[in-house]
Amino acid sequence: MNLLWVPLLPLIGTLVPLLTERFGRTACAWMTATLPAAALLIVLNLAPGVLAGQTIKSSLPWIPMLQLDLAFRLDGLGLLFALLILGIGLLIILYARYYLSPKDSMGRFYSFLILFMTAMLGIVLSNNLIQLWVFWELTSISSFLLISFWSHKQEARRGARMALTVTGAGGLALLAGILLIGQVVGSYNLDEVLAHTIQVRESGYYPAILILVLLGAFTKSAQFPFHFWLPHAMAAPTPVSAYLHSATMVKAGIFLMARFYPLLSGTDMWFLIVSLTGLATLLMGAYFALFKHDLKGLLAYSTVSHLGLITLLLGMDTKLAAVAAVFHIINHATFKASLFMAAGIIDHESGSRDMRKLNGLWKYMPYTATLAMVAALSMAGVPLLNGFLSKEMFFAETLHQSTLGSLSWIVPVLATCGAVFSVAYSLRFIHDVFFNGEPIDLPKTPHEPPRYMKLPVEILVALCLLVGILPGYVIGDLLYSASAAVLQGVVPEYSLAIWHGLNLPLAMSVLALIGGLAIYYNRKVLFQFQAQFPEADAKEVFERAMKQLIAWCGRLYMFIDNSSLQRYLLFMLLFTITLLAAPMMALNQTAGTRDTIPADGVVITGAILLVLGAVATVIWHRKRMIALLTLSIVGLIVSVAFARFSAPDLALTQLSVEVVTIILLMLALFFLPQRTPKESSPHQVMRDLGIAAMIGGIVGTLCYALMTRPHATISDFFLANSKTGGGGTNVVNVILVDFRGFDTLGEITVLGIAALGIFKLINRMRLFMPSGDERGRAWSSDRHPMILSVVSQLLLPLALLVSVYIFLRGHNLPGGGFIAGLITAVAIIQQYIAHGVEFIKDRLRLNYQWMIGAGLLIATLTGLGSWLFGRPFLTSWFDYFHLPLIGEIELASAMLFDLGVYLTVVGATLLILANLGKLTTPERPVHQEET
Amino acid sequence: MEMVYALCVGILTACGIFLTLRGRTFPVVIGLTMLSYAVNLFLFASGRLNVQDAAVLQKTAENYTDPLPQALVLTAIVIGFAMTAFVVILAMRARADLGNDHVDGRLPAQPESAQPREKA
Repeated sequence: MNLLWVPLLPLIGTLVPLLTERFGRTACAWMTATLPAAALLIVLNLAPGVLAGQTIKSSLPWIPMLQLDLAFRLDGLGLLFALLILGIGLLIILYARYYLSPKDSMGRFYSFLILFMTAMLGIVLSNNLIQLWVFWELTSISSFLLISFWSHKQEARRGARMALTVTGAGGLALLAGILLIGQVVGSYNLDEVLAHTIQVRESGYYPAILILVLLGAFTKSAQFPFHFWLPHAMAAPTPVSAYLHSATMVKAGIFLMARFYPLLSGTDMWFLIVSLTGLATLLMGAYFALFKHDLKGLLAYSTVSHLGLITLLLGMDTKLAAVAAVFHIINHATFKASLFMAAGIIDHESGSRDMRKLNGLWKYMPYTATLAMVAALSMAGVPLLNGFLSKEMFFAETLHQSTLGSLSWIVPVLATCGAVFSVAYSLRFIHDVFFNGEPIDLPKTPHEPPRYMKLPVEILVALCLLVGILPGYVIGDLLYSASAAVLQGVVPEYSLAIWHGLNLPLAMSVLALIGGLAIYYNRKVLFQFQAQFPEADAKEVFERAMKQLIAWCGRLYMFIDNSSLQRYLLFMLLFTITLLAAPMMALNQTAGTRDTIPADGVVITGAILLVLGAVATVIWHRKRMIALLTLSIVGLIVSVAFARFSAPDLALTQLSVEVVTIILLMLALFFLPQRTPKESSPHQVMRDLGIAAMIGGIVGTLCYALMTRPHATISDFFLANSKTGGGGTNVVNVILVDFRGFDTLGEITVLGIAALGIFKLINRMRLFMPSGDERGRAWSSDRHPMILSVVSQLLLPLALLVSVYIFLRGHNLPGGGFIAGLITAVAIIQQYIAHGVEFIKDRLRLNYQWMIGAGLLIATLTGLGSWLFGRPFLTSWFDYFHLPLIGEIELASAMLFDLGVYLTVVGATLLILANLGKLTTPERPVHQEET
Repeated sequence: MEMVYALCVGILTACGIFLTLRGRTFPVVIGLTMLSYAVNLFLFASGRLNVQDAAVLQKTAENYTDPLPQALVLTAIVIGFAMTAFVVILAMRARADLGNDHVDGRLPAQPESAQPREKA
């Protein structure tokens, strides 16, 4: 469990600065540091085991079926990175305490910083690839927050956006790569994945996996051609740059390559892509670093260059190169973090980062200058400093590799060129800033920074010296165990001595130093040469590209979503046709083997009426009243069809629904515009007719094919158990209230929700109420004809009686709650029509919302009732009783459930129709705004 | 009989689709209603057509119709009504709030132009 705390403590720690900000800046910094420090102690506590060769694992199962666990592991590589992240992170916390001005929100800054720290720890400690990816994305997001910390500056916002876009896109590529790895290996567990190296390399997905994973790594590590975001991320406060661009963010990509080194390396493809990318980045970064006038710009390009160096090392085909890569990761982190901090001090105490103004600072801050110079010399690769050692190893490996076949000699030559420029820009950093005359109109008079602002730099520079002089003692074990983790096997022999004798790598180093001096001495010529090229601002190019992309997306979006229902439907229908075309063509024969029933006169007459009704509706759809009438013909024929084909329940339901639907549409007609102008062009009509005919043809064919195929059904179970298990002979009703009662409960719930939704929509509706019909004739004032009133009054008890009868017999004969509910609703609606709302209001005090609620409650309680008897939800019960006079009757719990259905249906139907009808009267729902 | 039935379902579907592709709310509502007839008939047909078979358990009956599609269609009819009602009221509300009953994305002020309405 110990290991889980390492990422967990900083995660909790993100809240600490926010809570402690009020106690002052120093207190806030100390409190913020406690939890990461505790995490560092845990790591140090675990370190001896790891250095001895153990891999410490710890996991919490989350969704085991999806192979998602919270899994962490600590091996040599993880240990190295965890130490860098936590160690440098703590120094950054101390440094930032003095760097941030009182105007900056310290709590917010520290919170983002610790969040970023958590994310980085998550990456380096994850033992699950999906989890690793989540943390990977979290670094992108938290670095976005950090880079844009000074969000009032445009360059900060743009730089942050650029970093997020590039690294985020890379993250997506990485996710795709990880998913492919998961497909090939069958697991996302890192141990499992690393154990299936050969399987991955030999699968057909290998090229895709490699490219996707490398895209993720290259974007994060600012490798050419994705390097452009890194210099612009310098808009961040310097502590952020020092943290992100030395030990963490950009090293995440390097870490990923090192982590997957045993899995993906070893093929020609890996060596070619990685080494060439690294080489290009190394040269380009080193060259451009020299020309940056901004102190941080120089360091940014230098970072790009050193990242390229590490990538190149990982891409070379010797095992020692991987060791050198790990070594350089450590060395670069230490000297680059201290250089960034020194640059921050200079900026902080002199007010400028422009090397054309910053001159001769040695006089003003000799102590800082000494520290910065040592770190810069380490960057240049001067002996006795750590940068020298790894650069020496790098040179040696460039001579031993054969990555490019017969062209391999080019690598050491270009590596030396890179080193020459590296020396030149390091010299520029030292000479331009600390010597070279007097400062030129700086905003402040430079002076030494506060004591504790220097402390982190001192520690790091001391490390540079210690590693540089006593590499074996200081770093030997850590380097060995990290290299062992990268290589996943035998670590080749290597020696960390400073002096290897007079050999070619040493000659290359000397050459680089001399060349660097020469270039720096003649820098004016080079600057003039470089000045001929127009400077492309990556920010502008990027912004333009983004704008273009967004505009393009906007056009695509407007093409798909132009808020026209017709277009959406068209897309869906065309898509349906395409999807159905292939399987329909594969169906060799439309007609199946089942015997068909000969058509008789009644059916043919019905069919003709139905078709006429449907076609007439289409033809006259703009004449609304006629369209409604013809539509009702269709509905009636459909209900007759149900009756004809042995479905009496359906016939009854369809008939009563037909009545309420037509009433509803008549009411709606009143409120909708009275005319439907001709909208469609003939072209459009032809197109729609074509599509409609195609869909109709497909559906008809399917229907025919379905009906003529043999009938296999699960209904035999229902037929066999309906009477014995459900106590009813009307199987349809027993299915509804018993076998599939839970479905019905869901359905009446939907019905209730729809009705309530309608009620809310009607409320506060601003109405268009026409005073006359479309020809301008006023409505009839004779609103409630006498005959209708009298007859409907007489009919009401009869209709209610019928509905009770239908309800009661539903379990055994056609009928039931749904149909009875609809009949009751129709009976009451008829009273509304015949007498008007005022009349009903006085006589019938029904609250329809309550009715829906009561119905749902009864149905649910009936279901819950079976729990009392220890049975599953909605288990039914029934028994027969003998009553005097009446005879034998059956009582069943399903009837109670059906009562719930009945009430819901009545409530919902009346809530809809009565409220819609009321809109024209003074009884319309309250809070109404008059038009 | 099956042929006639399938033909009716096909024609109902085609009419429904054509109407839902119109540019105003009312034809769309009618089209949806007609489509739901077609869908219900289609679902019902999955139990095959029976003219003589019994629908309710009887001592004398030998063959029964398939009750399962019937149960499905029964609730579908009722829910279909609720949905039609919802669409109708939505159309009314849209007319009340937006001032027109277009569903084709056109502005009422410029009915002839094919300018899509800008999203807010």
